[in-house]
Amino acid sequence: MERVILHSDLNNFYASVECLHQPELQGKPVAVGGSVERRHGIILARNTIAKNFGIKTGEAIWQARQRCPGLIVTPPDYGKYIRFSKLAREIYRDYTDKIEAFGIDENWLDVTDSTRLFGDGEHIAHEIRRRMRAETGITVSVGVSWNKIFAKLGSDLKKPDDVSVISPDNYKQRVWPLPAKELLYVGPSTRRKLAKIGLYTIGDIAAVSPAVLTGLLGKWGEYLWSFANGLDTTPVSILGTESMIKGIGNSMTTPRDLENNEDAKMLFYILSESVAERLRSHCLKGRTVQIHVRDRDLVTIDRQAPLNTPTFVSSEIAEKAFEIFLKNWTWNKPIRSIGVRVTDLVIPDGCTQLSLFDDDNRKLKKELLEKCIDDIRSRYGHYSTQRALMLKDKKLNANPMEENVIFPVSYFR
Amino acid sequence: MRKVYIDVMSTFTMDGELLPLFFLWEDGTRYDIDKVLDFQKAASLRVGGQGIRFRCRVMNKEVYIFLEEDKWFMEGK
Repeated sequence: MERVILHSDLNNFYASVECLHQPELQGKPVAVGGSVERRHGIILARNTIAKNFGIKTGEAIWQARQRCPGLIVTPPDYGKYIRFSKLAREIYRDYTDKIEAFGIDENWLDVTDSTRLFGDGEHIAHEIRRRMRAETGITVSVGVSWNKIFAKLGSDLKKPDDVSVISPDNYKQRVWPLPAKELLYVGPSTRRKLAKIGLYTIGDIAAVSPAVLTGLLGKWGEYLWSFANGLDTTPVSILGTESMIKGIGNSMTTPRDLENNEDAKMLFYILSESVAERLRSHCLKGRTVQIHVRDRDLVTIDRQAPLNTPTFVSSEIAEKAFEIFLKNWTWNKPIRSIGVRVTDLVIPDGCTQLSLFDDDNRKLKKELLEKCIDDIRSRYGHYSTQRALMLKDKKLNANPMEENVIFPVSYFR
Repeated sequence: MRKVYIDVMSTFTMDGELLPLFFLWEDGTRYDIDKVLDFQKAASLRVGGQGIRFRCRVMNKEVYIFLEEDKWFMEGK
């Protein structure tokens, strides 16, 4: 039986939530933007009116202001967005348990087994659309198809508050004329490569032999060919069985450029504390530390090194991260952003290999100490206990756990 | 229109349903809720909010009372 897949996309999500809570913004160009002082000053989302001024997600706020002087920029409030994201998922859950999130505002739903109960895919899509508007006050556009790729394309066709159906009968007319970049995973560089051999639309990709694409793009060529022909069979994962976490990381663009090792060290500790806290909250330990450093000209390096034993202790992660950094960074240019990530995760089960050379009791004490700090912070706030190091420059200090929410997504899990 | 937060006295029924009984308007006047006609999740586009909307009869008039997370509000003029 052919699958029935919906892709539901909350329209201009952050901006819609802000406009809902501030009715006085209705009819005005509104954007949600990061803090300019902290150098996060880009447009995160904008409403339809701002969109009509040509404002794009990801551009700098000052650029957007040039195009639209009356633009109202409000700061993001992730707590609110997560609440609305959950409300949306509660609606989806009335129709299926196969719900897979793609970022905070997009979800795939496999409603194949629900069509006998609720009617066909289009009918369910319209019901979700109507309920979303009534129950949450924000609108959604839904794509209906037999595979995830076309469903996602469909949700982009008609916005806002609408439903598009891409069926085996109409996909050649609706999908194939679209530019290649509309296809998932065709970014700027793939688009250029495709254009070089004269492939501009999704139909062009579908028509060429897969061997040509494989020669050009490697294994991705084959994926793109199957995407373009509607042959993708990737399942929608079942709610609550999303793939195991493979790594936990935080990164930060700092309010000012980092100039020396002292600055960098502080940042590594801030990020490692957040990463370690998240490891502990998921009851995981990691064995490999990766760092990510980007200079003022956006040139980036990524390096990694293993730890002797798996850990969730922030000082061990930070020390390793800083060690990798000292080995690999030559300070040709000041640093703009830094990231720390821990991978090779294991579940601490109580059986650990003791070391002949390290003091394991000390390690245990460190773990207990960190858990104790978690308790204090959960009661009295993140800034109630601080390392002395963090007091050196208050402007650089931050709590990435709460202030810096990132939603990692990947299609192939 | 403005968002008016109110004090509400409520109870839980035997079935576990939340039932508002009376509320205090911002000037302190007490209004009894004669009947809850229905309740559902809804957004208030007029004053900006989202929660469980109770459609209630108060002094022979139908009014909406919203429970947004842990606060009650009404749509004031």
